[in-house]
Amino acid sequence: MRFVDEYRDADKARALSARIASLCEPGRAYKFMEVCGGHTHTIYKHGLEDYLPETITLVHGPGCPVCVIPMGRVDDAIHIAERPDVIMTSFGDMMRVPGGRGSFFDSTAQGADIRMVYSPLDALKIARREPDRQVVFMAIGFETTAPSTAMTVLRAAAEGVRNFSVFCNHVTIIPAIKAILDSPDLRLDGFIGPGHVSTIIGCRPYEFIARGYGKPLVVAGFEPLDILQSVYMLLLQLAEGRSEVENQYARVVPWAGNIRALRAVNEVMELRPYFEWRGLGFISHSALRMREKYAAYDAERLFDIPGNRVADPKACQCGEVLKGVLKPWECKVFGTACTPETPIGTCMVSSEGACAAYYNFGRFSRQRVREATR
Amino acid sequence: MTETTREQQVLERIDRARQRKARVREERITMAHGAGGKATQTLIEAVFLDAFRNPLLEPLEDGAVFGAGGARLAFTTDSYVVSPLFFPGGDIGDLAVNGTVNDLSVCGARPLYLSAGFVLEEGFPVEDLRRISASMARAAAAAEVSIVTGDTKVVQRGKADGCYVTTAGVGLLERDARLGVAHARPGDAVLVSGPVGEHGVTIMLARGELDIEADVTSDTAPLNGLVAALQAAVGEEVRCLRDATRGGVATILNEIARAAGVAVVVEEDAVPVRPPVRGACELLGIDPLYVACEGRMVAVVDGDAAESALAALRGHPLGAGAAIVGRVRDDPPGLVLLKTAFGGTRIIDVLVGDPLPRIC
Repeated sequence: MRFVDEYRDADKARALSARIASLCEPGRAYKFMEVCGGHTHTIYKHGLEDYLPETITLVHGPGCPVCVIPMGRVDDAIHIAERPDVIMTSFGDMMRVPGGRGSFFDSTAQGADIRMVYSPLDALKIARREPDRQVVFMAIGFETTAPSTAMTVLRAAAEGVRNFSVFCNHVTIIPAIKAILDSPDLRLDGFIGPGHVSTIIGCRPYEFIARGYGKPLVVAGFEPLDILQSVYMLLLQLAEGRSEVENQYARVVPWAGNIRALRAVNEVMELRPYFEWRGLGFISHSALRMREKYAAYDAERLFDIPGNRVADPKACQCGEVLKGVLKPWECKVFGTACTPETPIGTCMVSSEGACAAYYNFGRFSRQRVREATR
Repeated sequence: MTETTREQQVLERIDRARQRKARVREERITMAHGAGGKATQTLIEAVFLDAFRNPLLEPLEDGAVFGAGGARLAFTTDSYVVSPLFFPGGDIGDLAVNGTVNDLSVCGARPLYLSAGFVLEEGFPVEDLRRISASMARAAAAAEVSIVTGDTKVVQRGKADGCYVTTAGVGLLERDARLGVAHARPGDAVLVSGPVGEHGVTIMLARGELDIEADVTSDTAPLNGLVAALQAAVGEEVRCLRDATRGGVATILNEIARAAGVAVVVEEDAVPVRPPVRGACELLGIDPLYVACEGRMVAVVDGDAAESALAALRGHPLGAGAAIVGRVRDDPPGLVLLKTAFGGTRIIDVLVGDPLPRIC
């Protein structure tokens, strides 16, 4: 398939792998965090770790949109969805995320009308088709998905659709990266920067990481060769004593970002003073809410929501996994009490969650398999 | 303790957890229970197998095989609730006939007689029912089976999605083949009979919820002729056959690995997937290995017979796109491993429910 296979070429991977190995200082261990859950997914799905020397560890970061939604917000959404006059709409990934009282799937089994959509525009389509009911879009995701939510609200406003609203849970990536950099229990050598988020925000917002914290960051694409090349670029910066923001994904990411998309988001949404992230706790200025001007499209204002904070289950160590302090398998409940069938934590739900990726794709001993398939 | 040893201990603990008896934790049925993945398996084992337990049911194959009056028979049943009822390449009618024909065929039986039960919703157009019946009749003629008994029920408007069809079938085992997923042995070869994922992608696109257009049609087809061709060529060497319906090829391979206590190693490059199916799956973020087929089977044959089996499949019109996709190994038992096209390794597990499209 064109535009895909080029980035999955095993010969090129072998060549890059050799160059990566040659850049590693003997006796030095490297830890790079891939911020984005999409990268985590790619790494496991293609078995990319087979190309890295054992001294390089890829640490999975917080950029999984579904993983960071706190349980209380899921409960709030279910509370809205249970109203007979409401059709709740959501991305597929969100359907299995457990709140304090179960997931969207459990809620549909109890009679709530929750429908899977592929874009907020699909939710708007449903609103046009069913004018007697209020269609609520469960908006989640980083800067990648916020523009499409904003554009949909703008379109609804332009068309005068009044039975469409957004339950806004959009979050922003920079405060989360900063929280990780300030966390005392993690020593990282560099970052594989988020690709899709950067198509919107550009590369400049990361400069404080390179300058202030002295950590190199390479914005990377989502194909396996993109990630291998980014690892190579990070190692090269370290070898040359540089600490810069570089753009490996220049075929998609403009340095300045997407001004139109940012403008749409800024028109419809504003920063919240603080927002709770699952596992990471409250982070200031880390999420978006609807502006007063668009109150008519804001489900938080339209419906009475309980807004209760639900503490994560005690056994769950998603926070440590999201910060990269623990590897998925180091969590106490990983794979036994917490599995994709019965997830306790969100990291086990989404295919971009580090725990789900490891459980579904990487749950084997590489050494043993190498011996068995030799 | 080194990190590798600690990780290995966790992996073993997970293995033990996976061996535990299935338990349904949900209080109500969710859509995942019907998707053919882990939730379906758990429901079947914890509710149905628990209630009906007997030696014929226990292997949980596609049909039961038993002796009666000196003959060996295969018996199976399946219900069809596909939406939309009509889709490119087929409809609920030929799907219902082919599905049961295929379940009998992969037991090694020659399908003979089918039953057909209809649950119809008040208001359903009679013309549509005629179309469905005509399509069933054509499919039955093509598979050389007769629909010899049936049942009709009508429910109130809103209590069903137009039309549901249930078929059951009996077939005759003419050879002494003992097929079963537990029979796979290290050294065996794994084949698929053609490009995978076409039925599932067709249905997803036919629902019209995705603004994706692709030139793809359902692969619904009767497999009895193809099975007969394979058995004529390498009958003794066939260990098991399964049609890769819900849950796709990935789920079948896991059943084989689990039942036989073997590893299955699949080469991603070798798995035939047509470009439009691959493209649609790529866009949706789902893996074609989990997408349903309705006219493809997975065959495990003795490694030495792999090439003859492949030639036999390819010699039949329905097997023209057949391929050897992997091998059975002894270690690590119970796992399906994929050598990715990129050159890495990962496992292929059974999904909990339907593959969910990713966000971004």
